[in-house]
Amino acid sequence: MIASNPYKVKGGSYLIEEVKPEQVFTPEDFTEEQIMIGNMTEEFVKEKVMPELEKIENHEFEHSVRLLKEAGDLGLLGADVPEKYEGSALDKVSSSLITEKMALGRSFALSHGAHVGIGCLPIVLFGNDDQKKKYLPDLATGRKFAAYALTEPSSGSDALGAKTTAVLSADGTHYVLNGEKQWITNSGFAEVFVVYAKVDGDKFSAFIVEKGFEGVSTGPEEKKMGIKGSSTRTLILEDAKVPVENLLYEVGKGHHIAFNILNIGRYKLAVGTVGSSKRAIELSAKYANQRKQFNIPIAKFGLIQEKLANMAIKAYANESLVYRIGGMFDAGLDGVEEAEGAVVADAVRGLAIECSAAKVFGSEVLDYAVDEGVQIHGGYGFMSEYEIENLYRDSRINRIFEGTNEINRLLIPGTLIKMAMKGELPLLQAAMALQEELLEYMPSLPDEDAAVLEEETKLVSHAKKIFLMVAGLAVQKYEQALEREQEILRDLADIAIEIFAMESALLRTQKAIAKNGEEKEQAKIDLTVGFVYESFQKVDAFARHTLAAMEEGDVLRTTLSMLKKFTRVQPLNEVALKRRIAKRVLDAEKYTV
Amino acid sequence: MNILVCLKQTFDTEERITIENGVVVEDGAVFVINPYDEYAVEEGIKLKEEHGGEVTILTVGPERVEASMRKALAMGADKGVWINTEDFDGDLDEHSIAKIIKATIEEQELEFDIILAGAMAVDDGSAQVGPRLAELLNIPHISTITKITVDGGNVVVEKDVEGDMEVIESKLPLLVTAQQGLNEPRYPSLQGIMKAKKKPLEEVEIDDLDIEEEEIEAKTKVLEIYLPPKKDAGKILQGELADQVTELVQLLKSEAKVI
Repeated sequence: MIASNPYKVKGGSYLIEEVKPEQVFTPEDFTEEQIMIGNMTEEFVKEKVMPELEKIENHEFEHSVRLLKEAGDLGLLGADVPEKYEGSALDKVSSSLITEKMALGRSFALSHGAHVGIGCLPIVLFGNDDQKKKYLPDLATGRKFAAYALTEPSSGSDALGAKTTAVLSADGTHYVLNGEKQWITNSGFAEVFVVYAKVDGDKFSAFIVEKGFEGVSTGPEEKKMGIKGSSTRTLILEDAKVPVENLLYEVGKGHHIAFNILNIGRYKLAVGTVGSSKRAIELSAKYANQRKQFNIPIAKFGLIQEKLANMAIKAYANESLVYRIGGMFDAGLDGVEEAEGAVVADAVRGLAIECSAAKVFGSEVLDYAVDEGVQIHGGYGFMSEYEIENLYRDSRINRIFEGTNEINRLLIPGTLIKMAMKGELPLLQAAMALQEELLEYMPSLPDEDAAVLEEETKLVSHAKKIFLMVAGLAVQKYEQALEREQEILRDLADIAIEIFAMESALLRTQKAIAKNGEEKEQAKIDLTVGFVYESFQKVDAFARHTLAAMEEGDVLRTTLSMLKKFTRVQPLNEVALKRRIAKRVLDAEKYTV
Repeated sequence: MNILVCLKQTFDTEERITIENGVVVEDGAVFVINPYDEYAVEEGIKLKEEHGGEVTILTVGPERVEASMRKALAMGADKGVWINTEDFDGDLDEHSIAKIIKATIEEQELEFDIILAGAMAVDDGSAQVGPRLAELLNIPHISTITKITVDGGNVVVEKDVEGDMEVIESKLPLLVTAQQGLNEPRYPSLQGIMKAKKKPLEEVEIDDLDIEEEEIEAKTKVLEIYLPPKKDAGKILQGELADQVTELVQLLKSEAKVI
């Protein structure tokens, strides 16, 4: 084993440190097996799942179950399960590839994702040996399916406010659960539920609840805006008798499970958006080439090309970001014996900032892509027989579940500050060092003859300085009260997210250039330049928005002039750039790098 | 039962194919197992599952073919022999490939009861390598099969003959080529993929073979490669029937130039 994995980095550290291309994992680093796993999943979904989607979306769940079982035969349910429980304990990059390719299966992907992710992982990571032995082999092979029951009618974002109760029976053999969980994915056919309830009124805990236990039932199927082919019901617990051995982890420690699983769920959601965004690009590019108006294909129009280019640019940043995290996960787990829950949980917790950033960024990239995808399709995009209509409706939930994007945004600076306070991340030291630097800092003029990506490298480094400057000022000004300044926290989160996305795209492209040379990587260079240019200007705007809210008068003017030192940008001919990008997409009729 | 499967890697005809200077551009092209060869691989694995034995994949081509061979191994084949053409400068055609495969079978001392190949490759569509190889090895062959049953040394085969079906009896050793309908190739499972990387894949250079370069020199020459002409949208004529007929005749003369 290699002594130190190059991708091993501390969560959140990208904001204060310089990261080198060789420190990020990129899709160009996929192994032959990983590519084969991705191809196999894609073939399975295209050939087996997609033809059945109409039936699945018509709630004929016997097809979902049959196809999930077939996926199980192929090993697609056990990627995260240890081998001794009939899984294949794959690396996270491989299981991410499965998730990305599964996304083509829309609602089916959700059934798959809920089963292998939030359904199985609590047992994989926090189950004891007996629980793993009892449940995982069936779940990893598709003999049984799992669901996750956290949300309640009155507790969504405030997950710990759950009202479901668990009371230990007088003879101490079982807990009696009462309450109602809602919007439970897979509830129509799942036999194993991970259910959260409070013991003695306040000890938030998790239980493995079987469908067959006395007092367990499900409500009717919900009618939803999108992902209509996933089964969504309430889980009703009426004096449900759960044996004590089905308590997961420890009494009062349910939040450990819940938050860790949410982090992984957020990451996996982001991976899914990569696959769906690529699909939106493919459908839109094909349509644009084939649809004629005024006697020419609409693909010839600049405004259509610009949309496709924007979709591709964002998808590139998204893909780069997601697999970079995949590499970080694997690095964090490097050398860890299979599923030592606590260690895995630590690795996951350490990447909370990145997971939230990916969730927010990915879901918004996808929403952008499907929205413009519908627009490119014009009136046909509004018709249900066109796949893009379906993608559009399915996309919307991503900004809501696994923690709303608002909650995830608040979590980013919240977690950062917590890490800084605990001394885990020298955020405040870096902010202070920057303050001194700022006073003497003389901005260099943009270099018109800069080398490839030199300007972008500078912008990313400037964006980090901007983040430290604004975050430092905000912490100084509000101290503990900062947590009430949601708009400012949101701005800080957005800056942090944009930096992560910009840097991921940039480092990926630099890594590819180092390997193949500039000439072969022109597509990646264009996508990176396009992304950084736009993203950096957003960083500038978020910073100004927050500074203007925090300061006024001369102080504000001085602060803004400091900000300006970092925000000079060499003008870019975006029109020409995006036409080039669009041409590649239209020639390939898909997302291409 | 010793089963040899001839596998060719082709570009994916469902993906966009670009031709520049008379050759298919490989940069950015997607390469797959020739679909007919995939039936052959599947049938080989099924025969092994039924009768025991070993499936060996034989592939001629440059380095990129390894990915397709690994896929066949992931599906369940046992080992691969790759004849590397990376350093071979001359042109190779069907007769060359058949001779190279024969020489490889001899050089590697590969025993076989049955050889399976695809009925043709979707790139050049020549359907020659299988039958040529059988001739060189002096064994019978049956092409375009849609079903095969092996019982001891006896073989019963259903063969597709232009839409009709012929039932043929033969004996091992035998070479058959696979037609669509023979089976539905399995997906390589995750476990299969993980195992595949540990399965033996022997590399053979043409130089290693007991064969002279002149012997395998191509006997044919490809003069031109071009994409099928793009099909334009049809045109529906409007108006009175008589006018439509006049217009149609006009168009057949002036545009389609067929009368």
